[in-house]
Amino acid sequence: MPKYLLLKHYRGGPEPYRSVPPMDQWAPADVEAHLAFLRHVTELLQANGEYVDAQGLTPARTWVRYGGQDAAPVTTDGPLPETSDLVAGWYMIDVESYERAVELAAYVSGGPGPGGQPLYEWVDIREVMFGGPSTQDQA
Amino acid sequence: MIDEPTRRLDEGALRALVPRVLAGLVRRGEDFDAAEDALQEALLEALRVWPEHPPRDARAWLTTVATRRLVDARRSDAARIRREDATYAEPQPGVTEAGDDTLFLLFCCCHPDLAPASQVALTLRAVGGLTTREIADAFFVPEATMAQRISRAKRAVQGRRLDQPGDLAVVLRVLYLVYTVGHEGHVDLAAEAIRLARQLTLATDEPEARGLLALMLLNHARRPARFDAQGRIVTLDRQDRGRWNTREIAEGVRVLQSALAAQRPGRYQIEAAVAALHDDAASAEETDWPQILAWYDDLVALTDDPVRQDPVAVLGRAVAVGHVLGAAAGLRETDRLRAVLGDRHRWHAVRGHLHELGGDLAAAATAYAAAAQRATNVAERDHLVRQAARTRAADSARRVVT
Repeated sequence: MPKYLLLKHYRGGPEPYRSVPPMDQWAPADVEAHLAFLRHVTELLQANGEYVDAQGLTPARTWVRYGGQDAAPVTTDGPLPETSDLVAGWYMIDVESYERAVELAAYVSGGPGPGGQPLYEWVDIREVMFGGPSTQDQA
Repeated sequence: MIDEPTRRLDEGALRALVPRVLAGLVRRGEDFDAAEDALQEALLEALRVWPEHPPRDARAWLTTVATRRLVDARRSDAARIRREDATYAEPQPGVTEAGDDTLFLLFCCCHPDLAPASQVALTLRAVGGLTTREIADAFFVPEATMAQRISRAKRAVQGRRLDQPGDLAVVLRVLYLVYTVGHEGHVDLAAEAIRLARQLTLATDEPEARGLLALMLLNHARRPARFDAQGRIVTLDRQDRGRWNTREIAEGVRVLQSALAAQRPGRYQIEAAVAALHDDAASAEETDWPQILAWYDDLVALTDDPVRQDPVAVLGRAVAVGHVLGAAAGLRETDRLRAVLGDRHRWHAVRGHLHELGGDLAAAATAYAAAAQRATNVAERDHLVRQAARTRAADSARRVVT
């Protein structure tokens, strides 16, 4: 069964279908509904036997590169820190097919936002490469 | 349908034997690294076999199986034989009490040269009697990673002799770290830390050891009220105090009083005294904040430059200042910490609390949102987002009314 990462972003990706403020500015009841939905998604994936992992990332980011011999690492928060893509977290799922991954990503994207209306959030699907040994002769 | 085993294995009793058996092996001249590995294998064997075939003498069983493993390991490693012979040639001084065993092993595991993560892992295995898998689960890392961390740590402390005095302050810090990493999964690390601290107090008269035990008990007592049924954080002022564990509070107060009687105060005793005052209040409004502030004054007086050396104490004191002298005074205290703690979520969360206390809901919402952005724990992040949304909504409602 293929594994996919469903990546959620703080920013970046296609033009938002629906523009929403940060969650701390939502009505308290809408915040509760969204957090309950996130719990529900994890439970659903676990109940389906499709769950591998889910993690959130803090928004702080540091880019690092080798500084050269005997030099300290070079760090920066990015060339365009306010506009570059910023991953917020992921679900890793183990599913029957790509189609199932798309279905689940769309479900995640439809979680409740302000006013209880769907967020229509863009979700980035990436297939995880298989790390085990090859079981077939290769061409 | 699987039948429930008629005898349930008492894992607590089994684990309590681990430090005694291990210390026995080391005292006999086995090296710590090999003996600890052998005992871990014996422990896994016991967990497998004992439910069906309980031993007559559990301690002797573990010692025998571990010894057999040690002999097997020696046979397969010629170089090790020479080293072991050298160790056998120098008999170690005999210590007999269980408390001494625990203390000796804690000093081994909490060697100051080890990184905190290694100290914690090694302590949980060699003194706590947990399996590598249980420790890995508690820290959300693969079992192989934790196994590697433990074996590297043991290599680093190899050759340590029994008669060397250890660093009790490091032991206390490690146990408190075990406590604060919390209680996720199969193993309740907070309860485990309390169990280890209790053992430690049997081995040393140092009042800070009892202070640490008291602090853990007095905090742990509030745990049933700290989360609601949905797993949401409930702040101290909103907790259902009827759900606090009165037995733990009573024990914590008793342990703290015996520590304070020694008249050698330290940070754990002081923090325990603050926790005791919170536990003692029948409602949030009845909290004795002046008394809490007095203890925080003592706490910050322990260091020469508390803002640099103990900023968390200064932050805790700022909350007490806010409740005693007013929110503005509390906020001024936090200003001093901006350079040191300004990137940490707790600094912003405390400022949110103080702004709310002072009635500035808009500033509270902004501070809570800043705290949420910096939180590194999902439950805390969600809590801070809720605090921000709640104060922002309350602020808007107030603006509509006025």
